[in-house]
Amino acid sequence: MKRFDKERLLLGFAGPALALLVAILLSAVVLLASGKNPIEPFRLMIDYAQNVDIQVLIINQWGTYYLAALAVAIGFRMNLFNIGVDGQYRFAAMVSALVGAKIALPGPLHIFVIVITAMFVGAFWAGIAGILKTTRGVSEVVSTIMLNSIATGLIAWLTLPAQFGVQPEGSNNLTTGMIPESGWFPGLKVNDLAGDIYGFVFVAAGLGIVYWFVLNRTRFGFDLRATGASESAAAASGVDAKRMVLTSMLISGAVAGLAGMPVLLGETHTYSQSFPVGVGFTGITIALLGRNNPVGIALAALLIAFLDKASTALDYEGYPKEIATIMQGLIVISVVVSYETVRRYGLRRQQSRVGEELAAAAKNNREEVSV
Amino acid sequence: MANHDIHIAVAKGTVHAIVGENGAGKSTLMKTLYGMHKPDEGIIAVDGEKVTFAGPADAIAHGIGMVHQHFMLADNLTVLENTVLGAEKLHGIGGAARRKISELSDAYHLNIRPDVLVEDLGVADRQRVEILKVLYRGARTLILDEPTAVLVPQEVDALFDNLRELKSEGLTVIFISHKLGEVLSVADSITVIRRGTTVDTVKPADVTRKQLAELMVGSELPTPETRESTVTDVPMLEVRELTLAEHGAPVQAETVPAVDEPAPDTSIVEEHVGAGRLLLDGISFTIRKGEVLGIAGVEGNGQTELIDAVIGMRKPDSGVVVLDGTDVSGWPVRKRRVAGLGYIPEDRHRHGMLLNAPLWENRILGHVTEKPNSRGVLLDIKAAREDTERIVREYDVRTPGIDVTAGSLSGGNQQKLIIGREMSHAPKLLIAAHPTRGVDVGAQAAIWDQIREARREGMAVLLISADLDELIGLSDTLRVIYRGRLVADADPATVTPEELGSAMTGAASGHLAESESGAATDTEDETPEDETR
Repeated sequence: MKRFDKERLLLGFAGPALALLVAILLSAVVLLASGKNPIEPFRLMIDYAQNVDIQVLIINQWGTYYLAALAVAIGFRMNLFNIGVDGQYRFAAMVSALVGAKIALPGPLHIFVIVITAMFVGAFWAGIAGILKTTRGVSEVVSTIMLNSIATGLIAWLTLPAQFGVQPEGSNNLTTGMIPESGWFPGLKVNDLAGDIYGFVFVAAGLGIVYWFVLNRTRFGFDLRATGASESAAAASGVDAKRMVLTSMLISGAVAGLAGMPVLLGETHTYSQSFPVGVGFTGITIALLGRNNPVGIALAALLIAFLDKASTALDYEGYPKEIATIMQGLIVISVVVSYETVRRYGLRRQQSRVGEELAAAAKNNREEVSV
Repeated sequence: MANHDIHIAVAKGTVHAIVGENGAGKSTLMKTLYGMHKPDEGIIAVDGEKVTFAGPADAIAHGIGMVHQHFMLADNLTVLENTVLGAEKLHGIGGAARRKISELSDAYHLNIRPDVLVEDLGVADRQRVEILKVLYRGARTLILDEPTAVLVPQEVDALFDNLRELKSEGLTVIFISHKLGEVLSVADSITVIRRGTTVDTVKPADVTRKQLAELMVGSELPTPETRESTVTDVPMLEVRELTLAEHGAPVQAETVPAVDEPAPDTSIVEEHVGAGRLLLDGISFTIRKGEVLGIAGVEGNGQTELIDAVIGMRKPDSGVVVLDGTDVSGWPVRKRRVAGLGYIPEDRHRHGMLLNAPLWENRILGHVTEKPNSRGVLLDIKAAREDTERIVREYDVRTPGIDVTAGSLSGGNQQKLIIGREMSHAPKLLIAAHPTRGVDVGAQAAIWDQIREARREGMAVLLISADLDELIGLSDTLRVIYRGRLVADADPATVTPEELGSAMTGAASGHLAESESGAATDTEDETPEDETR
């Protein structure tokens, strides 16, 4: 019966492959329509990514995206659409940066406190949406979008000099103050030119393994997946759906809180107005493209990070950098269409397969029937 | 491949029955005839003319209409609106449509009331609306998919009268069923399907029920007879004064005295209908070890709510559930299930399976904290898979393997998997809602045997079924539920399906016994109620 497994794997790849192909073709069409060479930009980006320093940038970006996408994927597995990953990520990064700057502890403990703070704040922010859903039935889609805006306002207010903000001299940027060096996460040096790979990238990779293990190998993971697949069946099987909603929102938020850690602990060491935004939304794209599968998400995050970082090359050659953004958008559309197409095809195919196998058995009976 | 080498010739102006085990391919065949599936090979000819259907619209254009097993009606629209919905082009939506409807209703004695909301109609009336819809669209050939599954015996007779009416007007009826008695009484000719292929076409006059069954399964028709009693004195499940109001509305004080009424008649129950309607009204019963308690009732009279309350999915407004001497009223579902509550749900797709998950994951569902599925907080996938293999083998689940998704199995095989799963955990109490619905005759016997065997070992069973033969044959005690109340009880050894049927429609109550017993309200009560319609 391994055949079914192999087929499922093949179909699993067919979806993303089809989506990418369609996205690339459509991007080429966009380029053609704007009177540009439809192939050259792709070649340029690939060439540019040959450089080691760009590769380091891509890998560092990957860590952030991977965590954000895991956060989204946890929600998706439970049929929850946590659009608030972005707000949870930013709020968590800001508060943990602030806490990190205010305290001084020995190395590992300092990092630990910052990371725990981030997880806690992310979980708290997502938990608000979770509680609203379980007690008042508010759709998490609506509440998390609103919480994103609230987080934006709250962060802007908290980082004012009147509250906790620090304005570095000769700059009009507002920060939360520098985290002392004991709270920096050591990176992996590649060479002098290229800079470091953030140490937290490896934590992100490790979290991917944890995600897989918890979902596929534990009772809790089974309950979570069952609830996502059919809430009514899960309820009948003894899952407390409300508690599951709240729990998965909290976990999703905690992981979202971690998404800011690679940059915060590895590079900026402070939360400022130039801290990356929109990471949570990119995470949705990546989780979709990676089909909530930890390996799929890893590959998808790599692709999006590549598009992000390698697209700089386009500017140098007179191509608009926005091509990469357009392509990301096209990927989302084609992912949705192609996954559904492949899913339906796979379902039909499996049904007919099962029918065939059983018909073979029926054939043996036919002689007996005609007697 | 659900069908192969199917040969059927249906003569005009006849009722042609298609019988076969469930999973034999009857529904697939009908969907092919109705244009919902395209055949891979073969010919469909209507009036001698070869046709291909791209979809149901084509089939309708050729005068073929289908009445589905599950009604497709909008509850909040009237009968008239439901009928014209999607067919506005035919006779508009006004007077012309109304005239056409009453014309059809009179011609075939359908007793249609065009301005009644569908939500106010009973099952039998809804079915007649479905038939009307098909006729309204100009169908000359009607396909009815298991039309009697949801009806009580009296309603079945009425339906058959309608079918004879249709036949006498020159219409053709294709009638799918696996109830052989009905088929023999109404059909002019019977085609038997077995494992996806046509086995034979016979005339009802030429065969007995037994011969027909043998054609279907190649073996004798099983009966759910269970006469040797295994009932003990030890109560396994006690339910006391279970009351549940709609939308959690509080129980009104004035309804409490009604509980004390010795033999509640329908007029009292009707007071509750409306705001805060009581879905369950003072339900009390005890199931002892080794006892099967059967609950008869027309669907929608509180059976679902009763199951939900016993298993813990809905919290009753008042009442107590005691399982094996322990009050479990406040327990969550999982705790109750681990404590020995097995559950065969009435809607297996909603409550019993993850359709997109492989069989072995479905084997874990509902028992994730129990062996062999898990050890501590970790799943034991290897053991769960091995046990799934065992279930597939022992319960004859026809599947190419345990990695296929549950959704690609036929309904009967899904049911066998669920039953295998529940029985594997040796439940103290099995809640069996329609345990053999959609299951082929052979497997039906096996399921009955399994229930009987577990019963012998002390399992208590709460059996809810629409199949009266199954209820009568399998139960040690019978109760009838009507509008949320247990209105009647009966001894399965003496009661007839007709007696049960009249209690199910609220026409009789109390103890249903031989007619000289004074407790049973006369079944003649049915007549005045019919006249008030």
